[in-house]
Amino acid sequence: MNEKKAVKKKYTTVSIPTPLAVKIKNRMEGTGFTSVSSYVTYVLRQVLSSIEKEEEKKVVFNDEDEKRIKDRLRALGYLD
Amino acid sequence: MIEAHGGKLIDRIMSNDRKEQILKDQEKYYSIIIEDETVKDVENIAYGTFSPLTGFMDKDDLDSVVNNMTLASGVAWTIPILLDISKEKANKIHEGQSIILKDTNGTPSAIMMVREKFSYDRDKLNERVFLTTDPEHPGVAKVNSMKPVFLGGDIEMIQPLNTMFEEFNLRPKETRTLFKEKGWDTTVAFQTRNAPHNGHEYVQKAALTFTDGLFINPVIGKKKAGDFTDEVILSTYDALVENYYPKDRVVLSILPFEMRYAGPREAIFHAIIRKNYGCTHIIIGRDHAGVGDYYGPFDAHKIFDSFPDLGIKPYFFRSFFFCSKCASVANDNICPHQGEHIINFAGRRMRELLTNGERPDALMMRPEVVDEILKTEKPFVE
Repeated sequence: MNEKKAVKKKYTTVSIPTPLAVKIKNRMEGTGFTSVSSYVTYVLRQVLSSIEKEEEKKVVFNDEDEKRIKDRLRALGYLD
Repeated sequence: MIEAHGGKLIDRIMSNDRKEQILKDQEKYYSIIIEDETVKDVENIAYGTFSPLTGFMDKDDLDSVVNNMTLASGVAWTIPILLDISKEKANKIHEGQSIILKDTNGTPSAIMMVREKFSYDRDKLNERVFLTTDPEHPGVAKVNSMKPVFLGGDIEMIQPLNTMFEEFNLRPKETRTLFKEKGWDTTVAFQTRNAPHNGHEYVQKAALTFTDGLFINPVIGKKKAGDFTDEVILSTYDALVENYYPKDRVVLSILPFEMRYAGPREAIFHAIIRKNYGCTHIIIGRDHAGVGDYYGPFDAHKIFDSFPDLGIKPYFFRSFFFCSKCASVANDNICPHQGEHIINFAGRRMRELLTNGERPDALMMRPEVVDEILKTEKPFVE
């Protein structure tokens, strides 16, 4: 799909298997969502947001990263 | 620690597992050769030096940068970061395709997910970014020499290829860690493409009086004829720091980057880059990033008025000189003298002397700096 063209349109259609759509419809009951589309949009946003959070965690230095960086800074004489 | 520009320090470095797989499968990808200076752009994107950029600009971002000095997202950005290719090669690439970018030796640098192929009005770009379409302007000349099609899309760096002066090359994650370890809450950046004279030293030390640390960050890369060579810039600064600076309050590290000479717009870009390195302040001098007479001497100061939310704060210096009456380096805010008392730091005159193997006066340039220049056979770019 041409991503730019898709972004310019307000909504687009994505196909999902019918059995999955049925499953989602059953799952929706009692959630307050009135359509499969709005529920799927909500779920996808949640999923994407958690993926992005995981990616952000990767950018924050973990202990291993920090040790590697400090080792290099010491090796180059920037840190004692 | 100051936030990276756009709120997040970008990391587009491929994991080792993915790198192994891509290198194994590289023949399956269409590849293009990119110039050394573009490899530097790739690496600056990947290491977060150009945060929040995650790749080369598409047309929306370029349009917004040219017209509004922001990315399409609204984040401040003043200089186009572009990848150009020929029409013939562009015809072999479709939007949505992943391609490999290789350096001039054919070594893979990055994978690029091509989001868009487009062309652009170069006169408009030059007029807005460089404020001139004069082909003699080095930035304009560079844009005019670019191939006709631009590719926009995210990159992932496979491996760093630009390893010149590696012992002086700290990336944003490293400088941020270093400043934190040193306990610096405030760090002032000094951008340079020159060997230092005493005026530079004065400005840096004046700024360092009010901050915890000084980050001297020379630009290493393609420059114009007559500029000091990269080797000379580094060796002279090394000598200056060694002999005249409180070493625990100074970091000397390079910025591999091609100067665009876009004057005021480039001053903002330089500030954004240093913000990504973790600096809270940047020194902006007279005709910062300018060339010839294309920009007014203080245009690079005035433009900051249009960017009140940049995050990094500028320290402006108008002019500095040696005053024989004060018997010190001074500036026009603090020295009342004029005429015969004022000796300007005439870069051109100093270069003439150095080219002839002569020593500028010690009031103008430190002897250790002069020694480093004079022991170099060709200290200037030819």
